[in-house]
Amino acid sequence: MTPVLELDQVSKQYGEFSALKGISLKLDEGKIMGLLGHNGAGKTTTMKLVLGVISPSQGRVHMFGASPTGPEADTLRRNMGYLPENVSFYNQLSGREVLTYFGKLKGVSAAAQVDLFDRVGLSHAADRRVKTYSKGMRQRLGLAQALLGYPKLLMLDEPTAGLDPTATHEFYEMLIELRKQGTSVLISSHVLPGIEKYIDSIAILGGGNLLAVGTPDELGQNAQLPLVVRVKGDWPDTDWQSQFAQQDVSLLHVNGQHLELSTPLHNKLQVMRTLLAEPAVEDIDLIPPSLDDLYGHYNQQVSSAT
Amino acid sequence: MNTILIVAGKEFRDGLRNSWVLFISLVFAFLAIGLAYFGASASGVVGFTSLATTIVSLASLAIFLIPLIALLLAYDSIIGEEEQGTLLLLLTYPLRHSQLLLGKFIGHASIMAVSTLTGFGVAAILIALLSGEMFDIKLWQAFAFFILSATLLGWVFIALAYVSSVMVSEKSRAAGAALLIWFWFVLVFDMLMLGGLVISKGAAGSDWLAYLLLLNPTDVFRLANLAGFEAVRNYTGLAHVAAGPLFEPAVLTGVLVLWVVGPLSLALWLFNRRQI
Repeated sequence: MTPVLELDQVSKQYGEFSALKGISLKLDEGKIMGLLGHNGAGKTTTMKLVLGVISPSQGRVHMFGASPTGPEADTLRRNMGYLPENVSFYNQLSGREVLTYFGKLKGVSAAAQVDLFDRVGLSHAADRRVKTYSKGMRQRLGLAQALLGYPKLLMLDEPTAGLDPTATHEFYEMLIELRKQGTSVLISSHVLPGIEKYIDSIAILGGGNLLAVGTPDELGQNAQLPLVVRVKGDWPDTDWQSQFAQQDVSLLHVNGQHLELSTPLHNKLQVMRTLLAEPAVEDIDLIPPSLDDLYGHYNQQVSSAT
Repeated sequence: MNTILIVAGKEFRDGLRNSWVLFISLVFAFLAIGLAYFGASASGVVGFTSLATTIVSLASLAIFLIPLIALLLAYDSIIGEEEQGTLLLLLTYPLRHSQLLLGKFIGHASIMAVSTLTGFGVAAILIALLSGEMFDIKLWQAFAFFILSATLLGWVFIALAYVSSVMVSEKSRAAGAALLIWFWFVLVFDMLMLGGLVISKGAAGSDWLAYLLLLNPTDVFRLANLAGFEAVRNYTGLAHVAAGPLFEPAVLTGVLVLWVVGPLSLALWLFNRRQI
């Protein structure tokens, strides 16, 4: 089956500056991929290449098996939805008028737009001027715009910026719903705190290079990030240092009531046993490595390499 | 073609909604009626003078006002979309750069045409009624030509505004550039021409100066409108040097059309090359 999106050794030069250096990526149907990176990592350039607003200097970009800048570009664009970062739309128009305008440009009938406001939770404000919208409402309008014409591929740039936690959760629930229907999604972001469970794969960009790509689990295993354990209790005299002397454990913080340590994942049960054997321990928190940590890990690798 | 019309339709409705159409029409109507009423006050009379006199005075005033209004209307059309974040979005739709720009042009050009026709048209009917020239066909022809050329002049400056709008990186710079365009064509250019005329006085053949006038669309507009009135020709300064077949109204209208097509093509070319 043709991947929805395929980048093959793609580079982009702006004069002397290399924005992207030989990136290869693949996104299959019905998958959600997170594209992570700092500002200037190459996320925006990657997005623009896929969107077909710029052409690669080297390599090849394929969407549904065709070039987004080629003769089939218009067809591809009708099957694709894009939510840009920081789009404020036309202040003097109402939400409905904005959607109608973009719908017409995409060749989507007015009837097919009706339920979009419901889907993004904006039906109460559809006829108000965009001028009166909050940041979150503009974001929802942007999303409704991206969903015009039932796209098979969604490209979202910082989609949850400006959304409150509830709205963010609803947003991801909606993505899951779309994924079930076979929509593929590419999300670009600085960081995606707490969304590991929603995305199928992660690509981490840094300085125009692809630092890592894989499922969250794969990346976690490759990085071998430690587990952090936080313990509470009352142990005026316990010498934790010697308790863990035989184990691969580093103590981060110790006092009479608190203990914080980090240990490799495979050592988890051994550490637990030691802790449980100590009656003064009242509470234990296990903090597995988060996406943030992973992201930091891979970025650090680069900065230490250069 | 359909895509161009969708963009044009939105621009035109924006113009109605932002009261641009109403504003421009009112300005033009008041200007024309005011000039007609007070136009003769220099000779000690207040009251409605004839359409012919009014057209001549109007042409001189329109040269200042129409470029300014057109530039105001269109200076932020591309850079404004970019600052709203909608330019990048629009370019990911099945829509060419050229379709977006041409659509905007048709929209803005219609705003200009409708308001010029409404503003000056209503004024003309009023003036004709009050000065008792309702059935003078020749005058109506002259006035129709005035409205046509005024519309074209507006289009020229819309196209020029696009050139600056696709070149700059900030809205405030686009405003500055628009102001410079206005200064150059409306004030500086003619002063340089006058200087040239004074210096070359007595020298054989200052004809080339007349042809230089074609490099300024506001002068082309002025010449086109004054050419229709023989009596006026003898009293106007710069226009006096421009005589001969090249300076017939029809030819000058053609020159104005070129002045629309040229900058518009330049704006299209620059827009296609613009880095997104």
